[in-house]
Amino acid sequence: MDIILAGSIAGILARVLLIRIDYRQYPGYPHGYISHLSLGAIASGLGAVAVPALMEKDFTAFTFLALAAQQFRDIRNIERETLENLERTRLEKRGQDYIEGIARTFEARNYLAMATAFTTSIAAVLGGIPAAAIIAAILIFLSVTLMTGKTIGDICEVVPAEITFKGSLVEIEGIDIMSVGLPVMREKIKTYALAVMIKPKDDNARATLHDLGQRMAIAHTAAVVLGSRKDVDIPEYTPLVRKNPETGAAALYIVPMEKDMESLLLAVKRTPVLESARIKPLRTQAGRIASD
Amino acid sequence: MGKDADKKTILAVITTDKDKVTGAVPIFIAADEAEKEKTARFLARCLDAMVHDLENGCYFIVSQ
Repeated sequence: MDIILAGSIAGILARVLLIRIDYRQYPGYPHGYISHLSLGAIASGLGAVAVPALMEKDFTAFTFLALAAQQFRDIRNIERETLENLERTRLEKRGQDYIEGIARTFEARNYLAMATAFTTSIAAVLGGIPAAAIIAAILIFLSVTLMTGKTIGDICEVVPAEITFKGSLVEIEGIDIMSVGLPVMREKIKTYALAVMIKPKDDNARATLHDLGQRMAIAHTAAVVLGSRKDVDIPEYTPLVRKNPETGAAALYIVPMEKDMESLLLAVKRTPVLESARIKPLRTQAGRIASD
Repeated sequence: MGKDADKKTILAVITTDKDKVTGAVPIFIAADEAEKEKTARFLARCLDAMVHDLENGCYFIVSQ
């Protein structure tokens, strides 16, 4: 009984700590919290029970883990569907890549909870409760640090930029953002808009910024944090991230409710690098040759 | 940005110089710059669309 308890507690603890990180990516509404915590608890329980079952040579118990895996895949689908449905009424889209990333994370975190519980149970069998506590602490630490992922601030330099007009074209440091026909809108953009340049630190970062999904995620995060003046009938205020084809750097254009550059810089820096956008050309020989 | 991949279409053209534009889009001819701007603005708000300037006397409205 101690073994199961130790494993379950470790797994649940891992899930609870990871939910705090979830919050940044996806609003954890009270009901969302409950469903994810319950599933985390079930995952932990299954992981913990598997060890005593194996000791009793009850190998069929192990197949239950496969059943759990199936359930977790459903979570991914449910999360994806929910977010996709919400997306339709959003003015600043999260984008498919971001949604896929969130859904995948939710699935993976249940596996993490299950693995933590399983390993802790093994430790409890082999070394008693003290060993289980040490292993659990190490595993939880690892899940929290390793699974957090990088942010834009880690791979890019984010600096304030100036918005200029070339005729009707809105420009940020030479990058054409959009054409704004109405003079009255141009005046408003001059008053309210903010811009930052996102400069990749290396070729890997440049490839990440090339990803349209990643750029949508940046625009979305900035719009959520600072608020956006955009409405359905004011497409001029759509936050945009456009790339400079010469250098690979990107410019973010936004018309925020709060015109605060410091806050914008931080919002952009804290945007998670999407798993699907984490491209590493420098890992290949061809990429390294091209990089100099 | 979400609809970047979608095809954009020209919904209308507003111009002060009717010789500049022809074709199968609604063309609104304005007497002066002020009228052109006002018409463009009204149309854009009604259509939830964006006004672009060709800088040759023509505004055109593009669906988002």
